[in-house]
Amino acid sequence: MEKQMLRITVNSDFHELYIKPKMLLVEVLRDELGLMGTKRGCNTGACHACTVILNGKTVKSCSILAIQADGAEVRTVEDLADGAELTPVQRSFLDHGAYQCGFCTSGMLLSATTLLTENPNPTVEQIKEGIHGNLCRCTGYNSIIRAVKAVAEGKYKEGGK
Amino acid sequence: MTKFNVINTPIHNVDGIAKVTGRAEYAFDVVLPQMLYGKILRSPYPHAKILNIDMTQAEALAGVKAVVTGKDTLGVKQGIWRRYKELCDEEILAREKVRYIGEPVAAVAAVDEDTAEEALDLIEVEYESLPAVFEPLEAIKEDAPLLHENAERNINVTRHIEWGDLDEAFKQADYVREDWFRCSSQAHVCMETHCAVASYTPEGKLTVWTSTQSHYYIKVLLADVLGLKENDIRVISRYTGGGFGSKFELDSAQFCSAVLSMKLCKPVKIVLSREEEFMATKRRTPMFYYLRSGVKKDGTFLVKEARVFTEGGAYTAMGATALYLTGFFQSFPYVWPSYQYDGYRVYTNTAPTSAMRGFGAPQATFCAETQIDLIAEELGIDRIDIRRKNAMYAGYEVPGQATIQSCGLIECLDKVEEWIKDRGKLPPHHGIGIAAYGFMSGGIFNWFNTPYAFSSAIIQVNVDGKVDLFIGSQDMGQGSNTTMAMICAEELGVRVEDIRLHMGDTDKCPVDLGAWGSRETLMQGNAVKMAAADVKRQIIEYAAAKMSPNIVYDLDIKDRWVHLIARPERGLSYFDVVKEAIRGKEGQPIVARGHYTPHGKGMISPAYSFGVQAVEAGVDPETGKVSLKNCVTAHDCGQVINPLGVQGQLEGAIAMAAGYGFTEDLPMDEGKILNPNLVDYKILRTTEMPETTVMEVETYEPEGPFGAKEAGEGLTNPTAGALANAVFQATGTSIKELPITPEKVFNALKEKEKIKK
Repeated sequence: MEKQMLRITVNSDFHELYIKPKMLLVEVLRDELGLMGTKRGCNTGACHACTVILNGKTVKSCSILAIQADGAEVRTVEDLADGAELTPVQRSFLDHGAYQCGFCTSGMLLSATTLLTENPNPTVEQIKEGIHGNLCRCTGYNSIIRAVKAVAEGKYKEGGK
Repeated sequence: MTKFNVINTPIHNVDGIAKVTGRAEYAFDVVLPQMLYGKILRSPYPHAKILNIDMTQAEALAGVKAVVTGKDTLGVKQGIWRRYKELCDEEILAREKVRYIGEPVAAVAAVDEDTAEEALDLIEVEYESLPAVFEPLEAIKEDAPLLHENAERNINVTRHIEWGDLDEAFKQADYVREDWFRCSSQAHVCMETHCAVASYTPEGKLTVWTSTQSHYYIKVLLADVLGLKENDIRVISRYTGGGFGSKFELDSAQFCSAVLSMKLCKPVKIVLSREEEFMATKRRTPMFYYLRSGVKKDGTFLVKEARVFTEGGAYTAMGATALYLTGFFQSFPYVWPSYQYDGYRVYTNTAPTSAMRGFGAPQATFCAETQIDLIAEELGIDRIDIRRKNAMYAGYEVPGQATIQSCGLIECLDKVEEWIKDRGKLPPHHGIGIAAYGFMSGGIFNWFNTPYAFSSAIIQVNVDGKVDLFIGSQDMGQGSNTTMAMICAEELGVRVEDIRLHMGDTDKCPVDLGAWGSRETLMQGNAVKMAAADVKRQIIEYAAAKMSPNIVYDLDIKDRWVHLIARPERGLSYFDVVKEAIRGKEGQPIVARGHYTPHGKGMISPAYSFGVQAVEAGVDPETGKVSLKNCVTAHDCGQVINPLGVQGQLEGAIAMAAGYGFTEDLPMDEGKILNPNLVDYKILRTTEMPETTVMEVETYEPEGPFGAKEAGEGLTNPTAGALANAVFQATGTSIKELPITPEKVFNALKEKEKIKK
């Protein structure tokens, strides 16, 4: 099949790529752009490990074609920290031990970040709903919920250490 | 002054920043120049002869670089129980016969995954289907089809444990109870599926990046099947995306990528799909359990007889260990004056069953704890009291098996009892179930036949005081890297940020057997502590020479301060002493080795953890649906090293074990798994997770580093049993088959209604 042009902004960088139209967004991010922080746990949209932010909303990058993201702005886990300065959600994850093997962590961080952007003061139930799709086999989730709650309670300021 | 500077303080995992910034590189992320992609063709039959494999069309496809079958291998029957030839029964690429759906028969390397996938469709395999058998109780019948010629009635392994006088003890019992239980299977569901990148070069060296729990085991097992020297193979596994028991045996991604790479002298990457992961990797062992227990009227345990038939699947794998451990832990954590266990592992035409977190003990604990509640109910004895009365204690010797050196079980029971009292009156249709458990801190029996110490560590202290710590243990998420850094920092008297960790590479790290059987904290921890004590002694020698204190004074290092213990204010900076010490050693960094192999600790484990868990569950009487409300655990893991890590292990274990208890299952039709995906196979999600409370009971384990013992795996043992007992408390019906689905609860409730009428 003939390759098509994809124009996409990823982590503030604009890219023009010729890709096979059947390529998934996760494949473009990992295989074309080398952004290996985005993981793939199932390739069927069931585990949310491949979650990225597309035009401000979370999407499963294994469940959309890259070409569907033509003209879009995508953020991946690599875009969260500003140099050595981690975001409140990242710092809270560290303090709360909200990761173990780390394979679901990228997706979990992006779901949590988007949740807090949309609703800065979520209840515990809303946090659970917000990350309900993200599977984690290691933590049992409660440390993740505590981490998100702590950010919502203002315990981590933007730009802090 | 607190006892410790580093231990038992909450710190960030040493690899935490790499993980939250997406920079941690898993085998899944490895890309090499000229790398090819591999795919594996798997058997659609549960039992069949391979008559012919025609690869001509596949080989002719543009972009295909190689197709291999079992005929391209040395045909070595391999297995992780290397000490026993008869238990090495799996070829990985089958040459003559397939024994389960999903067994590899061919592998392809191509320029990309799509081409490799397409090539699989072009391989023509001619099979002759054979009669198959799927259930262990069917497979042991005389006329059942045989999987392996040497295994009469498909019996793969038997295990016998016995102490006391069974017949006499049953005669003395006031009450005897018999029950049958059925324990289901479970998939590990690591978020990173099995994967490997193998790169063989013309120098005759093979490098394999892989997701594993033991890079040492994979190196040795690959050497066995490829005909290479162990040390011509390098295995690299910096980060592993979950293990839970599924990643310390040689797997199809590792083997097939290596065979393809050796043929092509190019790197080959194979990542198993989620479906392959479910269908064709190993899983928790299903067990049929028969228990007969005799007790006195007052609840004193006298005698237990246990018999088990396990669904082994097609090959031995780690099944021999699971079969022994389930029998051993069936007696835990209690004193049974007489005990007899007979276990039979039976070959079936299903995916092999093997190690999974808890290693046979969750099955044992589910059956044992469910039966104890039924006994207590029958005798009208409080369920905590009956456990307290029969609890193991420090100093108890499990006859002929093990000695318990530390045990906080009674304190755990007290704490859980208190919590239940405080919880007060429960809402309608709620119940609190409890279960007690024990578990090992690493295994002793050397079935792998390693000539090396079980754990080793090397430490080098550099001129700027930074400490290079080389460890062979594997962090798969459980946090052993952090634990080792903490033990090293505490013993040496520096901070965790002074430690540079070197791990996950067989070329650079000393041997450790890997992360299974809850062995790292105790075994690798002891090796690290020994090496750290040695470098500390060397540093103190120089400090003593420089300070020349009265000869009766002892020196120590705490928080980078080398000082007189009796006069802590008199001391020197650790950094200054190290700098001068290295000059004094003719410019050599300060180096030491540490190692640990258990001696004189029986055949099972050098130490045992204990705990008691209470689960509050609600049961919907209309639908039978069970929901978890609270999960409270009192827990004796000896001295806690990393409190944040212990909490994470505990909560994660609850999620996994609750899944085993009530949502996860692998139903099959004629050997075919019906739910090989993450929609139909239900691991717990956020909304199903109960609130969790941890109550630590600290004991001191003399064999462990700083008194520490196991804290991650044993926690998988109690939950299914506690959940069954919660349903019993809530409804008065006891479910003896896992998982406890709404259907089973609903039917049990209906049955109970019928009996009432």
